[in-house]
Amino acid sequence: MSDQPTAWQLIITGDPALFEIVCLSLLVSLSAAALAAVIGMPLGALAALVRFPGRAVVVVLLNAMMGLPPVVVGLALYLLLSRSGPLGEFGILFTPAAMVFAQTVLIVPIIAALTRQTVEDLWIEYRDELTAMDVGPLGRITTLLWDARFSLVTAWLAGFGRAAAEVGAVMIVGGNIDGFTRTMTTAIALETSKGNLPLAMGLGSILIVIVLLINAAAWGTRLWSERQVSG
Amino acid sequence: MMRALMSNLPLLLDDVSVRAGATTILDRITLTITPGAPTLIVGPNGAGKSSLLRLCMGLVAPTSGRISWGGRTDHAPVRRAIVFQRPAMLRRSVAANVAYGLAQAGTLRGERAQRVAFLLERVGLAELGDRPARRLSGGEQQRLALARALARDPEILLLDEPTANLDPAATRSVEDVVRMAAQSGVKVVMASHDLGQVRRLAGEVVFMVRGAVCERAAVGDFFDRPSTSEAATFLRGDLVI
Repeated sequence: MSDQPTAWQLIITGDPALFEIVCLSLLVSLSAAALAAVIGMPLGALAALVRFPGRAVVVVLLNAMMGLPPVVVGLALYLLLSRSGPLGEFGILFTPAAMVFAQTVLIVPIIAALTRQTVEDLWIEYRDELTAMDVGPLGRITTLLWDARFSLVTAWLAGFGRAAAEVGAVMIVGGNIDGFTRTMTTAIALETSKGNLPLAMGLGSILIVIVLLINAAAWGTRLWSERQVSG
Repeated sequence: MMRALMSNLPLLLDDVSVRAGATTILDRITLTITPGAPTLIVGPNGAGKSSLLRLCMGLVAPTSGRISWGGRTDHAPVRRAIVFQRPAMLRRSVAANVAYGLAQAGTLRGERAQRVAFLLERVGLAELGDRPARRLSGGEQQRLALARALARDPEILLLDEPTANLDPAATRSVEDVVRMAAQSGVKVVMASHDLGQVRRLAGEVVFMVRGAVCERAAVGDFFDRPSTSEAATFLRGDLVI
């Protein structure tokens, strides 16, 4: 094992295999977070604004689903996507597409639940004005989502962070195939079980640094733009 | 423009009550609002001034009785506008707040920029168009809310104590905007518990106590010859219970 390069050496020399793993991880989790925002934010706004019987149950379910276990999501999607499953004909099991799918399912509830809370708070403030201006249902949703955009960055970050950190779902539907579906988290799990702790720790450090950087960038953007538009 | 098509005036309240459970908020109000000098709604806190304004806007439905705007009973608030006591500022620039009001009132996209400039000029905020609305002072926010309300090109403008928390200078600039609107033909209906303001602005006074209209009179008569003991008590500065 001593001839194995350490994580630092891999980083410094720009090891192509490592670079590939990092890129795939980011691509999968950022795609999932983007998709989940497109689905989850309008969903959360709807849950905040529309009054219907059983709404309380939906809200409780949505909040509970924030804690969906990734392995369970992975297993459910595995059954859906496997050859004999209902979505088997698409043949995307063990591809990055399946991983994006799984992480999207995992974090839509997080983004939707946090969006619901944010939009509901803002709606309390805006309700009278928007009603007096005769704003229709669609206009309400777009107005509230737009005006809550800075707070929604936090909801999005929570979703992205969850996606980037999870291992269970991508492991099951991606299969941790070297050079194809191996992400930072699945690689860390594999290297740890192989006993290659330096590499596992190196990958872990890179993962943490990336998540930190993305959070810092999003937070900085939020502060900056908030200063431009809001008080 | 649309003025000929539909009118909100006269605004008729015919034996209107609003109740929430066992509580009576507005008690059998019969009132006609016609074009003319501002109508000031006066009365102690909790008399139902804000509720009456919300009712006139169509935001609250009567529990009993009838309300109609120019003979129509539908609630679509076309060419009606209200400024709440604490208006919510959209998290956008000052100009974008007015543009939003214009868009909702159906002003064509191409005409908005010009109208925004006109309305901000009118309320004295022309220099602050790019400022975030929520960073304005209290008086500036009230004037922006007025501009946003005027963006609806209202025939009837409902104002809920727009100067309640303002210093005298800010109060004067808000009153100037209100006076200008009234002079340009907008019917102003305004709640106030500042009697000096009532003298300055009112054409007529509607005096409310406990959810009911107690007295209605021209402003001079109200101050000089109040016809009810409640109004006399209120004008003396005593508590009306």
